[in-house]
Amino acid sequence: MTATGIGAPVRRKEDQRFVTGQGRYVDDFNRPGQAYAYFLRSPHAHAVIRSIDTGPAMIMPGVIAVFTGDDLAADKIGGLICGWMIHSKDGSPMKAGPHPALAQGKVRYVGDHVAVVIAETLAQAKDAAEAIVVAYDVLPAVVDTAQATKASVQVHDVSPDNTVFNWHLGNKDETEAAFARAKHVTKIDLVNNRLVPNPIEPRAAVGEYDFGTDNYTLYTTSQNPHVARLVLSAFIGVAPEHKLRVIAPDVGGGFGSKIFIYAEETVCVWAAKKVKRPVKWTSDRSEAFLSDAHGRDHVTHAEMATDENGKIIGLKVHTTANLGAYLSTFSSSVPTYLYAPLLSGQYDIPAIYCEVDGVYTNTAPVDAYRGAGRPEATFVVERLVEKTARELGQNPAEFRRKNYITQFPHATPVIMTYDTGDYAASLDKALEIADYKNFPARKQESARRGKLRGIGFSSYIEACGIAPSQAVGSLGAGVGLWESAEVRVNPTGSVEVLTGSHSHGQGHETTFAQLVSDRLGISIDQVSIVHGDTDKVQFGMGTYGSRSGAVGMSAIAKAIDKVIAKGKKVAAHVLEASEGDIEFKDGRFGVAGTDRSMAFGEIALQAYIAHKFSGQDLEPGLKEGAFYDPTNFTFPAGVHICEVEIDPDTGVTKIERWTAVDDFGVIINPMIVEGQVHGGIAQGVGQALLEGAFYDESGQLITASFNDYCMPRAIDLPSFDVGMTVTPCPSNPLGIKGCGEAGAIAAPPAVINAITDALGHEDIAMPATPQAVWRAAQKARMPMAAE
Amino acid sequence: MYAFEYHRPTSVKEAAGLAGQAEDIKFLAGGHTLLPTMKLRLAGPANVIDLGQIAELRGIERAGDMITIGAMMKHAEVANSAEVKQAIPALAEMAELIGDPHVRNRGTIGGSIANNDPSADYPAACLALNATIITNQRKIAADDFFQGIFTTALEEGEIITQVSFPIPSQAAYTKFRNPASRYALVGVFVAKQADGVRVAVTGAGSNGVFRVKEMEQALSGNFAAEALDGVTVAESEMNSDIHADAAYRAHLVGVMARRAVQAAGARG
Ligand SMILES: Cc1cc2nc3c(=O)[nH]c(=O)nc-3n(C[C@H](O)[C@H](O)[C@H](O)COP(=O)(O)OP(=O)(O)OC[C@H]3O[C@@H](n4cnc5c(N)ncnc54)[C@H](O)[C@@H]3O)c2cc1C
Repeated sequence: MTATGIGAPVRRKEDQRFVTGQGRYVDDFNRPGQAYAYFLRSPHAHAVIRSIDTGPAMIMPGVIAVFTGDDLAADKIGGLICGWMIHSKDGSPMKAGPHPALAQGKVRYVGDHVAVVIAETLAQAKDAAEAIVVAYDVLPAVVDTAQATKASVQVHDVSPDNTVFNWHLGNKDETEAAFARAKHVTKIDLVNNRLVPNPIEPRAAVGEYDFGTDNYTLYTTSQNPHVARLVLSAFIGVAPEHKLRVIAPDVGGGFGSKIFIYAEETVCVWAAKKVKRPVKWTSDRSEAFLSDAHGRDHVTHAEMATDENGKIIGLKVHTTANLGAYLSTFSSSVPTYLYAPLLSGQYDIPAIYCEVDGVYTNTAPVDAYRGAGRPEATFVVERLVEKTARELGQNPAEFRRKNYITQFPHATPVIMTYDTGDYAASLDKALEIADYKNFPARKQESARRGKLRGIGFSSYIEACGIAPSQAVGSLGAGVGLWESAEVRVNPTGSVEVLTGSHSHGQGHETTFAQLVSDRLGISIDQVSIVHGDTDKVQFGMGTYGSRSGAVGMSAIAKAIDKVIAKGKKVAAHVLEASEGDIEFKDGRFGVAGTDRSMAFGEIALQAYIAHKFSGQDLEPGLKEGAFYDPTNFTFPAGVHICEVEIDPDTGVTKIERWTAVDDFGVIINPMIVEGQVHGGIAQGVGQALLEGAFYDESGQLITASFNDYCMPRAIDLPSFDVGMTVTPCPSNPLGIKGCGEAGAIAAPPAVINAITDALGHEDIAMPATPQAVWRAAQKARMPMAAE
Repeated sequence: MYAFEYHRPTSVKEAAGLAGQAEDIKFLAGGHTLLPTMKLRLAGPANVIDLGQIAELRGIERAGDMITIGAMMKHAEVANSAEVKQAIPALAEMAELIGDPHVRNRGTIGGSIANNDPSADYPAACLALNATIITNQRKIAADDFFQGIFTTALEEGEIITQVSFPIPSQAAYTKFRNPASRYALVGVFVAKQADGVRVAVTGAGSNGVFRVKEMEQALSGNFAAEALDGVTVAESEMNSDIHADAAYRAHLVGVMARRAVQAAGARG
């Protein structure tokens, strides 16, 4: 390992600019002659638009143009798309309604885009938006997930009962048979609460059109600029792919919400040509609450069957997934193929059957949010496993251990084949770090102070690096899920890596450079990572689902291998040896069995000056590219243990201890990995204790600002005890599994299992706010009258 | 934000004069309530009169058994004031519980009181400590000043200049924060003076800050947490929202009151 190679806790290179305020985000880009867009949004959750009178707005000071859905339609601009086709049980394709970038005829959620004003200043655009007269016929709204299919209101004409799909996975007959012979069946009803992503940087877009070259440029807050370009060109039709440059510069967090292609960037690119001016839009926080795609929002009933030996023999799950008012870019995949395949957890469950009803409601679109489907699955499995252990009177840790998968590869009844893992090793280590054996003493001590102490486990598994392309294609994905890389070696031996991944907080400029440093034996200071610009990087699939390590870095590794192979050819000429005798080690090309060698940089120079070989024998230069398509998903897994103390007088839950033992495979930078674990747990704790997006019956978002939507703060969290176990991933050349979402996946059931343990009953939903916990604690204190 | 005319007077007299002449005015103190409402276009005053340059509105003074605080004193200044900490530690602690460091270093006592947000902390302190709100026109007893949610005795253009607090023999403030906003979901200020105990509750009441006479009577007889056993506030008078319904708020008033009495007692 070099000092900056794989496994070194190198400080993040990019932090210098981030912490000194030198980052360049979309809103920092101001183009000459730039005008400002402001979107008039629907104040109603559901209404027919009878008319839109833009006349009064057009004459307001500074107004350049006002556009509505009719203008987009007139220019044949297509609607926004959902890129994953789901088929219902009966084989029929999902029933998706149209999703125009600016509403046509109807608005379907509060925040839906009605019109856009382009003006000289933002204030003028806002003033003019207030002058637009829209006549609405307000309709009743459907907002409740569980009631959506029964509502008298229909959100889209094409979707009867507001149902987009009735999907299923697994084997129904085998599962029913398992339940028929079960000794015990545990049932649970769960709500996975709706969340607002809230990255620190709100979404933004600047569209620009060059009349001289017919080129369009879009600066956008995207996790995947190439996918954005593809969708904007091939599907929405704003500009031809080769004429559209998409730049996603520094991006301040995404958590999934910046994967999707939204109305605003579509309109900015299109309008730039219409008004012959660059057009900028920056979301304010209020708009972000209303119109960023939300996360989660499941209502689930699940049952677990066990036999007389306490072995899990079957799992049955029915979930209603709220997709919101329109299908966002990947929304259909999240509660289906990113969810049900994880329902086996870490357990050997021979029969699983899962049904998912995807429904429309008059709420903001719901799509992938940190973990995307896996947190929802893990919540079901880990709550149910915990409850089963309790009902069987078994220790929850030992019940888990008894049911762990121990042989690999292991094919689950829900598509996945787990490649490797050692779940018991993580459990043992976690029990040790959490000082589990002394928990009863700590519980007693709390009781003496009138407090309720509880401990909760989450033995999670997840699937990262969604792949391979052939497999996801067969499941309905509209894209392939590989990654690309290009390694450009300069004559001085410094290296530029172009990657199709996109960093928006993950630290790629450091970790990717560490890989190069490790393989080529050069310092990370000699390496720069280029991403986020479709004019520089040829193509790529972006960053989400913890894919950038396992898939993105594997592509780089493949390209580096090609660079080394080419370097050997150059070295053979320069060192006058046969290619087969050239070895590359510790940053030097040498001739085996001799002391003749040259540094990587010297060979790079030789490759470019090309004095020592004929261009007919060997092409000059040193630059190689690779596309890498993995052979499987990766399966990070681990055990988190949460210990809480509840004040029954106020309902306040304090997290006293947090143990996280994760198996992420090979770790490139332990410091960055630990940071990802911390952030993930914070988000998971946020979901479990604090965060919840709530709409009232009329469809108004009542948690529409930080005044009411509670984000986790440092004070809400303990100091985390983080441990690691390592089983290298066999499905990619680097052995990486991925770590970006684990915390958010593991945490919610750990918290709720701890709270229910403290309360002594199961009756608490997320977010377990002080009010909810206080009420539940009252119930715990009451004598068991009914039972 | 809508466009507005900005004024920066250097004396209370000048400020009052401007307020008298101009139409549709708002005074600007720390701006932590006014500016967000303007940014969200919920308020759009034609004239904003910044009180930030007026020296008379600053300062903390102890005279006899009174502490007097200038209207433009920031929460952090009150929290860190040696005089306040010594004379009424509960008041300093209350100021320390407001918002976060940014808020405490901008928000002012005058702004907080003038605004009378039903979840703000200062109104409870003023009411429990029997403070006097001093304006450029008169002196108003706290009991008369707070008149329901976002409503006070202030007349159009009237400026709070100081707030005067009698020093209690014992006092404490306990606050149950709204998890999201960190304003008071329920805040109870308890103060013992020679002439009895006053208990003021913020955050909980459907009509803003209020005193709990039953608790005051019980505590005036016996200044101990047990004295509050069985004393409750009416659910029907409590506020209700997604964070806390009326029953939970009513319950928390009891818990916070007991804890406040304990804290005051512990201070001796
Ligand atoms: C994120 C956040 C968290 C907060 N948390 C809390 C909390 O936990 N507890 C709490 O109590 N408060 C809290 N606040 C409120 C804050 O502490 C201020 O007290 C409040 O914003 C008002 O004070 P200000 O100085 O900012 O007044 P401004 O916003 O400048 O003014 C508020 C109103 O008072 C009027 N006004 C101001 N000064 C005078 C005067 N001298 N005479 C007459 N009228 C006047 C103004 O015209 C305006 O109408 C929070 C605010 C924010 C933004």
